[in-house]
Amino acid sequence: MSTIHSTAIRQIILEQSKRANVGHIGSCLCVADLIAALYGGILNIPSPRDPDRDRMILSKGHAALALYAALHLKGWITTEQLNTFYTDGSLLGVHPEHVLPGVDFSTGSLGQGLSFGAGAALAARLQHSSRRVFVLVSDGECNEGALWEAVMFAAHHQLSNLIVLVDLNHQQAFGYTDDVLKMSPMAQRWRAFGWDVHEVDGHDIAALEQTVASLDTTSGPPHVLVASTTFGKGVSYMERQIKWHYMPMNDAEYAQAQQEVAASIIEVAP
Amino acid sequence: MRGAFAKTLVELAAQDDRIMLLTGDLGFMALEIFADRFPKRFVNMGVAEQNMIGVATGLAEAGFIPFAYSIVTFASLRPYEFIRNGPILHHLPVRVVGVGGGMEYGHAGPTHHGLEDVSVMRTQPGMTVIAPADGAQTANALRETWHLPGPVYYRLGKNDKVVVPDLDGRFELGRLQTVRDGGDLLLVAMGGITHEVVTAADTLAQQGIQCTVAIVASFNPAPIDDLAMLLARFPLVLTVEAHYVSGGVGSLVAEVVAERGIGCRVVRCGVTTPPLAASGSQHYFQHQYGISAAALVETARRELVKAQ
Repeated sequence: MSTIHSTAIRQIILEQSKRANVGHIGSCLCVADLIAALYGGILNIPSPRDPDRDRMILSKGHAALALYAALHLKGWITTEQLNTFYTDGSLLGVHPEHVLPGVDFSTGSLGQGLSFGAGAALAARLQHSSRRVFVLVSDGECNEGALWEAVMFAAHHQLSNLIVLVDLNHQQAFGYTDDVLKMSPMAQRWRAFGWDVHEVDGHDIAALEQTVASLDTTSGPPHVLVASTTFGKGVSYMERQIKWHYMPMNDAEYAQAQQEVAASIIEVAP
Repeated sequence: MRGAFAKTLVELAAQDDRIMLLTGDLGFMALEIFADRFPKRFVNMGVAEQNMIGVATGLAEAGFIPFAYSIVTFASLRPYEFIRNGPILHHLPVRVVGVGGGMEYGHAGPTHHGLEDVSVMRTQPGMTVIAPADGAQTANALRETWHLPGPVYYRLGKNDKVVVPDLDGRFELGRLQTVRDGGDLLLVAMGGITHEVVTAADTLAQQGIQCTVAIVASFNPAPIDDLAMLLARFPLVLTVEAHYVSGGVGSLVAEVVAERGIGCRVVRCGVTTPPLAASGSQHYFQHQYGISAAALVETARRELVKAQ
């Protein structure tokens, strides 16, 4: 059971996006449950500077605010630090920087994080460590050819300690993925490259945790969770809408968004 | 130089088990001495240079010192953004090793000519940039820099037979080396073309023109003060590089002249034309680009006449 509630992540995403008056809100809301599952239960990180911690790379760096929310809920960044998001001189920019505790690698340029992760996974094996490496990529990011170099490398070297989560929301910056550059069937593509593929609901935290728990991270192929998600999840007027990759919220939109996210707690309560 | 590199890297790897060697599927008859001795620390990455630099970044974050090896163009240009966002942004000890600077892969054609690598690497303040002139200098440069905390780019020649007379392997980070000490003309050289420059200087000496030959092997940090002191003694300097004249040693010298307000005219000898769609030997291209010893003698004499 996740110790981080994705509603708390969504509330922070909305608050900070509103305060900073910036976009990428839909992308951040989309991965809130994946991030909650990772930081609430899956990741083994005794402290962000522990050399033998699990590594986590947010390769879709534009969802950094969702990550900052989790790092804050873990207690690794203070409220004061969180409130510097998007301000001049802050360590908390639109994309994550490795100087921030809890961020292992800087990202922002799509298609690079998986190569960093493959290197980190190879390093763990060479150092006889049981630590694992998680990389969260977007489906649009899979347009990048270099990502598939890393996919081939990880399968060839049987990096069983490498676990990728594909945020399959079927859209990208300037259109729907099927219209821009078709990546479907996503799972079959990874399977064809020799990966251990699991198709999961990217908003079902318990299922995500169970799937990761079932993986053999000591031998065999690398793993990928192809996680079906809804862009803008939790805010009705943002869901599946391209414009919420970019747009900031006005006051009325913000009020409605917070209301809907808060209401979702009641919905899921037993 | 690549033979000296591989041999020295084996020496260093025997002393420090953090050293790894990755290659983009190149190094036949060069890297076997490392691969055979340290099979677990050698990875042929396949023909995938972007991933090679990304993986090297991940390895370096965990404490390794990975050397990523390929031909100059494929080591520096193909994965350039990975180098920028990986080891440079994270300040990690990844070593990018480019072999065959200039036209050393002459017959392979323009795709294999390394003509802008020093330029694009030198523009990154976070990258140490080393371009040795021969094998002995390569070995010493590697011994002096392999352990630096940040990333390093090594531009190596593939020829192991060329020896720059009187250089004797000298190398110091941020300093230049001189091998001739004449008062009529200053020649500043970079990389594997240096022996042609020394040949040109010796020919000119026989004709009564005494040259000082300075070698820049350390580009970041650059030997700014050494260059400024030398340049102040001459009215004319010829810079020589198997590289485009923008961004390499010619640009470095011009920057020092301008920024220090030195009254020395700079003539940059190097590649100034778009890629030639022709096949030919390294010597052929050196002649075409005006950087063979014979062409340099002609240029020197012509420019000295202009200066009078």
